[in-house]
Amino acid sequence: MGIQIDWQVFTPISLVGGLILGVATVILLLGIGRIAGISGITSSLLKPKRVEMWQVLFIAGLVLSPLLYSVFRPLPDIEVTTSLPLLIAAGLLVGFGTRLGSGCTSGHGICGNARLSPRSMVATATFMAFGIITVFIGRQVLGLI
Amino acid sequence: MLKNIIGLLTGLLFGLGLLISGMTDPVKVQGFLDVFGAWDISLALVMGGGLAVAIVGVQWARRQRKSWVGDEIEMPTKTKVTSKLVIGAMLFGIGWGLVGICPGPGVVLLGTGQWQAYVFIPAMLVGMLVFQWLEPKMN
Repeated sequence: MGIQIDWQVFTPISLVGGLILGVATVILLLGIGRIAGISGITSSLLKPKRVEMWQVLFIAGLVLSPLLYSVFRPLPDIEVTTSLPLLIAAGLLVGFGTRLGSGCTSGHGICGNARLSPRSMVATATFMAFGIITVFIGRQVLGLI
Repeated sequence: MLKNIIGLLTGLLFGLGLLISGMTDPVKVQGFLDVFGAWDISLALVMGGGLAVAIVGVQWARRQRKSWVGDEIEMPTKTKVTSKLVIGAMLFGIGWGLVGICPGPGVVLLGTGQWQAYVFIPAMLVGMLVFQWLEPKMN
C-alpha cells in the first residue's frame, strides 16, 4: 500500500485558484466583516426571515461565476458521477454534516485554519481523513467510485 | 448597498477561484482524496494558497475596528472541540468522498447546467433542513 503521486494530472494553476479563494475570503471579511463559509451562507437561505441580501447575492455570484469564466475561456470538461443514489446520499451527508460540524472546506479549511482555530483544525483533519477513507474503501476496496 | 455589491463580487470571485483551482471537478477532488491510489496533489495547493492569503487577511482584520461598510468584524468565538463538531466533520467527509463535491463547488456546478448538481444541491438542502429540524431536540 504505497503512496504514488500522479504527476501527469498535477495542475500548478490550482495554486492560483487557491490564492483567488483567499482574496475573496479576505475581501468579505474586511469588507463586511463576515466569514466566507459556503455551507453557512447556503443554509442561511433556508431561514427566509433571517437571511441577509448579501448572502443571497453571494450565492448568486457563485452560480453566475461559470458564465463569467466562460467569457475568458471555455469551461473545463467536468465529469460528475451519474449514480443517482450516490448523489443523493452524498448530498444528504454533506448537508447534515456541514451543519452539525459547523462548517466545510471553506469555513473550516480556509477561514478557521487561518484563525488558528482548534475547532477548525480538528474539523479539517477529520473531514480530510474521512474523505480519504471513503475514497479508499469506495475505490480501492469496493471499486464503486 | 455596498454590502450587497461586496456580497455579489466576492461570490463571483470565489466561484472563479473554485473553477480555476479544480475544486469544481469531482475527478480532481477524488483524485486528491485517493491518497493510496494515483494521488493528485493539486488541491493541496488550493488550501495552501487560500490559507496563505487568509492568514495575512485575518491578522489585518484583527487590527481593524470595523469593516469597510462600518459593521463589526464577526469572527467565531467558540474554541471547544465537541463531539458534534467531530461527527459532523466525519459525515461531511464521507459525503465529500462519495461524489467529490462540497457545498461551494456544488453551487457553482448549478451554473454550469450539469444535471447532477440539481440532484446534489437539493439533497444537500434537505440534509441541512433535517439538521435544522433536529437541532432543538439535540440540546
